[in-house]
Amino acid sequence: MLKLLWLIPALPMAGFLLLALLGDRFTRRHVAWVGVGSVGAAAMINGLVAVGFVRVLPDVTSYTQTLWTWVETSGMATGIAFHLDALSVVMTLVITGVGFLIHLYSTEYIIDTGKAGVSAPAGPEGDNDEGYRRFFAYMNLFVASMLTLVLADNLLLLYLGWEGVGICSYLLIGFWYREPENGAAAQKAFIVTRIGDTGFAIGLFALFASFKTLSIQQVQTLAAESWPVGSGIAIAVAALLLAGAVGKSAQLPLQVWLPDAMAGPTPVSALIHAATMVTAGVYLIARMHVLFSLAPPVHDAVAVIGVLTLLLAGCSALVQRDIKRVLAYSTISQIGYMFLALGVGAWSAALFHFVTHACFKALLFLAAGAVILSLHHEQNIFRMGGLRRHSPVTFWTFLIGASALAGMPLITAGFYSKDWILWEAWSAPLGGPWLWAGGALGALLTGLYSFRLVFRVFFGDVRTKPHGHPGPAMSIPLIVLALLSLGAGVLELPRTLGDSPLFSQFLSSALPQLEPTVDSLVPSEGVLQLAVTLLSLLGIGLAAAFFLPARGAVEHVANTAWGRALRMFWLEGWGFDRLYEVLAVRPWRRLTRDAEDAIDAWYDGLAESLRRFHVSLSRTQNGNLRWYAATVGLGALVLVGFFAF
Amino acid sequence: MLATHALVLAMLLFGLGLIGLLVRRNVLYMLLSIEVMLNGASLAFIAAGSRWAQPDGQVMFLFILTLAAAEVSVALGIVLQVYYRFRTLDADAFSLMKG
Amino acid sequence: MELLFYITAGVAVLSTVRVITHLHAVHALLYLVVSLMALALIFYILGAPFAAALEIIIYAGAIMVLFIFVVMLLNQGPLTVEQERRWLTPRMWLGPSLLALLLLGEVVFIIVAADTFTVETVGIQPKQVGLSLYGPYLIGVELASMLLLPGLIGAYHMGRRLSKEEP
Repeated sequence: MLKLLWLIPALPMAGFLLLALLGDRFTRRHVAWVGVGSVGAAAMINGLVAVGFVRVLPDVTSYTQTLWTWVETSGMATGIAFHLDALSVVMTLVITGVGFLIHLYSTEYIIDTGKAGVSAPAGPEGDNDEGYRRFFAYMNLFVASMLTLVLADNLLLLYLGWEGVGICSYLLIGFWYREPENGAAAQKAFIVTRIGDTGFAIGLFALFASFKTLSIQQVQTLAAESWPVGSGIAIAVAALLLAGAVGKSAQLPLQVWLPDAMAGPTPVSALIHAATMVTAGVYLIARMHVLFSLAPPVHDAVAVIGVLTLLLAGCSALVQRDIKRVLAYSTISQIGYMFLALGVGAWSAALFHFVTHACFKALLFLAAGAVILSLHHEQNIFRMGGLRRHSPVTFWTFLIGASALAGMPLITAGFYSKDWILWEAWSAPLGGPWLWAGGALGALLTGLYSFRLVFRVFFGDVRTKPHGHPGPAMSIPLIVLALLSLGAGVLELPRTLGDSPLFSQFLSSALPQLEPTVDSLVPSEGVLQLAVTLLSLLGIGLAAAFFLPARGAVEHVANTAWGRALRMFWLEGWGFDRLYEVLAVRPWRRLTRDAEDAIDAWYDGLAESLRRFHVSLSRTQNGNLRWYAATVGLGALVLVGFFAF
Repeated sequence: MLATHALVLAMLLFGLGLIGLLVRRNVLYMLLSIEVMLNGASLAFIAAGSRWAQPDGQVMFLFILTLAAAEVSVALGIVLQVYYRFRTLDADAFSLMKG
Repeated sequence: MELLFYITAGVAVLSTVRVITHLHAVHALLYLVVSLMALALIFYILGAPFAAALEIIIYAGAIMVLFIFVVMLLNQGPLTVEQERRWLTPRMWLGPSLLALLLLGEVVFIIVAADTFTVETVGIQPKQVGLSLYGPYLIGVELASMLLLPGLIGAYHMGRRLSKEEP
């Protein structure tokens, strides 16, 4: 069954090619079947492969399938090769599974947004099939690239997938390209991630220069053998890889693109900017964990970046007005948790939070999409309210998602993953009370902002009249994801509650496990859990106190001068956009304007001389037959003369 | 000696054909001139083949013959078309394809 | 033999000059036939009897007949002679003649500058030509057949839509 591995990325790729090349003859129904079916088939095959992998697990911990040689030059041979181990099994299952559900949801969502008429002029049938096909083609390409990324056996192929998801993200953020802001958001996302990608590419060059190979396994083995812990080159390479991860995963200081990326359709936000692509950085760090272990300063930096990002994004999420921007900041914040876990060496905990986060954040985005649809594309939460009664499915699933996000104890998956991360943040050798405190404060913020959303949107007075109900294609993914958000916690129950570490046992073949330090300074796991739980519940309670419509407490605080200033500061994402505007964008603009003349003159001159040359050449094409014959004769004269003398 | 002089004769014929091609404005005469040039080339091949006592020269002559047959049949078809369209055989009149 | 060659060569050159200078299309064609026949004789003298026969049969026979048909179809009568006279001003001859003369000079220089050979010409029998044609040049024969087929189709296509294209 493992031999089917290549089909997992190949099927969505085939779907993309089919839609892109032949799709103009398809009806919507065909497009939906191809788009959803290719990902669904990939998910099924992925299930088979995973079962096959689990069956051989104790003896065989990885499986490599080389399809063909991709690049072969002197000193470098890179194949199109896929590598399956516990880590990539987890990643691919999430990508294909959640990806399939989101594709299914999109079949209905995109039809309705097509009516908003933003993407393309109406076709003969009065709707726009072009946009529909384009959407699914891009989505399939994205899934194929993401699967290539996580299955790649070497860093070059991984980089191909990395750039592939980047371009799909660009294309899908700018999906409704007729609005200039969407194009600007897409460009911002592309350019900001490019900063990190450049670092990543330089890191790959450094690795290749050192080891003459880009195979992930070989690089890590060789690095562990030849680079001492804390050596300069190890730190440099790890820092460059971290730059790539930070850019892709929207962490400090490159987090500014993700809130703007919400310009894309909501399923895109769910799939790319919540569940899968933005966690590529987490995957990269987990995949290259040996390198990070060799560079302790960088490894510590990962944790610090995680904590700072999760606090900063949590505060910003608290004051946003756009429902999708709240979710975007919360995504940044939750990925901050994953970085925190990676930074203390709790690789499995990071992956577990990735799994649960993929479920509940995709759920939240999809439910938010249903809300937005039913409110005529209204995204401002201050114009929402009272939706509880109108659409119970949306309400309950959103509530479950928000509970999981807030870490509602015992019943939600988010509780178990976040709890695990926070426990490791203190108890792990690299952890400490400060990291724990940051994470715990983040838990409070998470409870606050997630339930602010619930209370604003679903309770209180109806401010915009809702219409329509989500159909089966939208409801089924919501319900399935809601069940997953509740139940995925059983994969890893902490020692205090059931003690069944299925997930970490499964991953132990691919990622090293942490042994908890026995230290009298570390409180017991139960105490920490209780503290975090109380903080989360406190957050939810505060949200109820502030934002339940009957209470106006928050207005009081928010309308003081300080409150207002702080609110504006957080609303703008701590002023990072303005900072970068001043530091990078404006100087660059000025530079291009000033340098325009000299450089343009050169290119204009080149173009002008070429045009003159072209004009004089085209003058020889005067249509006169005898002139042509004469020139042929002249040519013969010259050639013969050349041979004669 | 004979073969050398035959080569010179071939070149003479080729040059005459070239002059005709460039001087005449009537497409029909231009085609005739091309035939003359082809004949010059054939003669060069035959003379060379006979000088080296090899059959290759005559083989090349056969190929030139084939080429001439195909060329003339298509070219005359074009001449007819052109005449019916432009009502003239003046090569200078068909300059619609100027660049 | 040598004398015959020079006389024939003179005939060929003179008749060719008349081909390119004559104002009447049918006369020019007849001069071309004379030139071709002279050339056939030269082929014969050079020891290529098969080529000589083909020159007469295919060139002077078939291809020239095609030309005559076209001339008839186009009805190039006395009016066109007048037109040709107008087109053929003496000044027109200068450039092309110069070009051709230069080319001729170059090639003759090459021919003469090479080792002059005195070996007598040897006759090559058709059998040798056939063996060579269907031996080493087989691919050439295939290519020639591939050339003739488009020639056939092209001629058919070009001649077919005459009446419809008439303005």
